[in-house]
Amino acid sequence: MIAYAIRRILVGIVLLLSMVLVVFVLFFASGNPAKSVCGKFCTPEKLTQVTKVYGYDQPITTQFGEFIQGLAVGRDYPVNDAYRAALEKSNPDLVIHCAAPCLGYSQHDAATVNADIAKYAPVTISIAVFAFIFWIFFGVFFGVLAAVFKGKWLDRILVGVTLVVYALPTFFVGTFLLQYVAIKWQLVPYPTYVSIADGGVGGWLVGLTLPALTLALFYMAAYVRITRAFVLESLSEDYIRTARAKGLTERVVLFKHGLRAALTPLLSMAGLDFAALLAGAVITESVFNYQGLGLLAVIANQNSDLPVLIGLVIVAGAAVIIMNILVDILYAFVDPRVRLR
Amino acid sequence: MSTLPPGEFAAEVTANETVFAPGGPGAPRSSTVVSRSPRQLAWARFRSDKKTWFGAIVVAVYVVLAILAPILVAAGVLDPYTPHQNLIGDNGLPAGGAAGVSWAHPFGVEPGIGRDTLSRVWFGLTLSLLISSAAAVFSVVVGVVLGIIAGMSRSWADTLIGRLVDLVLCFPQTLMLLALSGVVVAWLTGSLHIPKGDPAQATYVIFVLGIFGWPSVTRIIRGQVLSLREREFIDAARLLGAGNSRLYFKEILPNLWAPILVQFTLILPAYVSAEAALSYLGISVNPPTPTLGNILKSSLQYASADFLYFIAPAFLLVLIVVSFNLLGDGLRDALDPKSNR
Repeated sequence: MIAYAIRRILVGIVLLLSMVLVVFVLFFASGNPAKSVCGKFCTPEKLTQVTKVYGYDQPITTQFGEFIQGLAVGRDYPVNDAYRAALEKSNPDLVIHCAAPCLGYSQHDAATVNADIAKYAPVTISIAVFAFIFWIFFGVFFGVLAAVFKGKWLDRILVGVTLVVYALPTFFVGTFLLQYVAIKWQLVPYPTYVSIADGGVGGWLVGLTLPALTLALFYMAAYVRITRAFVLESLSEDYIRTARAKGLTERVVLFKHGLRAALTPLLSMAGLDFAALLAGAVITESVFNYQGLGLLAVIANQNSDLPVLIGLVIVAGAAVIIMNILVDILYAFVDPRVRLR
Repeated sequence: MSTLPPGEFAAEVTANETVFAPGGPGAPRSSTVVSRSPRQLAWARFRSDKKTWFGAIVVAVYVVLAILAPILVAAGVLDPYTPHQNLIGDNGLPAGGAAGVSWAHPFGVEPGIGRDTLSRVWFGLTLSLLISSAAAVFSVVVGVVLGIIAGMSRSWADTLIGRLVDLVLCFPQTLMLLALSGVVVAWLTGSLHIPKGDPAQATYVIFVLGIFGWPSVTRIIRGQVLSLREREFIDAARLLGAGNSRLYFKEILPNLWAPILVQFTLILPAYVSAEAALSYLGISVNPPTPTLGNILKSSLQYASADFLYFIAPAFLLVLIVVSFNLLGDGLRDALDPKSNR
């Protein structure tokens, strides 16, 4: 068990490193990244200076090595040693230390990428958690309902509705909720993010309702269909027939024998979907203009802010990799048939 | 039933009829046992499913319309570009109510600029189908080739492809689609000399959707190949001296047409949605060239002012996506009755 966990973690680290490498090659292969840092009014002299100060004149292998080193032990900006040494003497405030998992420095925001992400992460995590609870609860509930009433009108309605909801574009649903539910009909206050510190738990929840609902609807539709399929599959197993044959009530058959086997595979899917959301719900956050990681990505993309984009991709990938490992280990506890080796 | 003659296992017995007529060999039997090939069985299952028919008809109409549109635009029947400012009222909405519907503009004109709605939507269908089907072909071709290689090789190639799948699945998709747009579009226009603007954007969308779409196809195809490779005809081909490429593409590939068709039909609607989402983020083909996605995006501006113009493109998108999904689900049920739904 422990050996399994250690091996998974090692594989995870290798996966993360190869991801960082791929991201690095993708973003730096296209030309000199100093050009985007340098900005619109870029003179050749400024470009040379920027290239040097940010270390973009180094070979890509060196840059990659330093980036990995920064992830492991942190690093100082600007990265050019001679330049930094001079700066330390003349103006020590301008040297920025970026602590251990250092993801880079954004010239555009004049802040480390870590600071940027820390600033925008609370909104994204709030939306993700709220949406997750919502979609798991209703998705599984309606999915089980549809499976139990298979072929009846309730099942047909649920399947039909989920097909349509699943096909609705997120930005359409979000705009509808914003323009009609919030502004025109005023059923809920205009959605703005309120942190727990400012508005208490109540204000926080009210502020999150519409974006979380927008996000949850899509996943809910998918989970109704998946849950239904899993439950139907598990209800057609032999042990269910045995349970019925020995005279158990339908309720015990369903909740004690049917659901347990059906819902364990859902666990791993839910974990991965949640991890993917931690990278930011790009579209939902843009529609409601919530300052989350998704919006940070949109802004960084508009500004060609490569360090922020790279940092976001790495954080998101790490979330998926870590969640993958957690889910696999958790799986063994929930499902006694799984043996880890 | 246990006395069915060998060779008639695939037979289906019509209900309410005697199966065997008494009498020795040569005695006339009532022709109630009809043997059917797997293909006929699949067709029978397909034919009896109304939902699948609905999907198939809508998809067929969609494809025909999409093929006709460029011809009609070239012939001057459809005109998606000319503005008709004279039809727009002072408030920016079509004058005279009813969205400006007239004989010349059966679906009215666009608010703001006054281009013909029917022409834009119709021509937009073509580009959306073109982009999403090209991306789907890309995903499926890469997915199938790698899936066959992974499934057939019993060595490092399988491991390598497996790890590659893990790696690609780690990347947060929406974020990557957004983050890569600047870099990849620059590379496409710079190194591959694809003209800037719409062609480069369309190529980008096809390229990234394809790159992030193949892993799911590879997993499914690999699973199929793992069982196919143990069959006798593969041994026979090997004994006859068939090389790897013959084995892969002449022996294995033709046996995979059913899962390939199903995967293609299920991936395509996902890409139609994805193109719309990318349009919303402004990284797909941009107006004035119409696609379903950017028509949807522009309709969001009139969400509260012009309800019909707001929901009509979304309704069309949902209709197309749902129809493709119904067709794909129906095909899967017909071709693989054991699949769980």
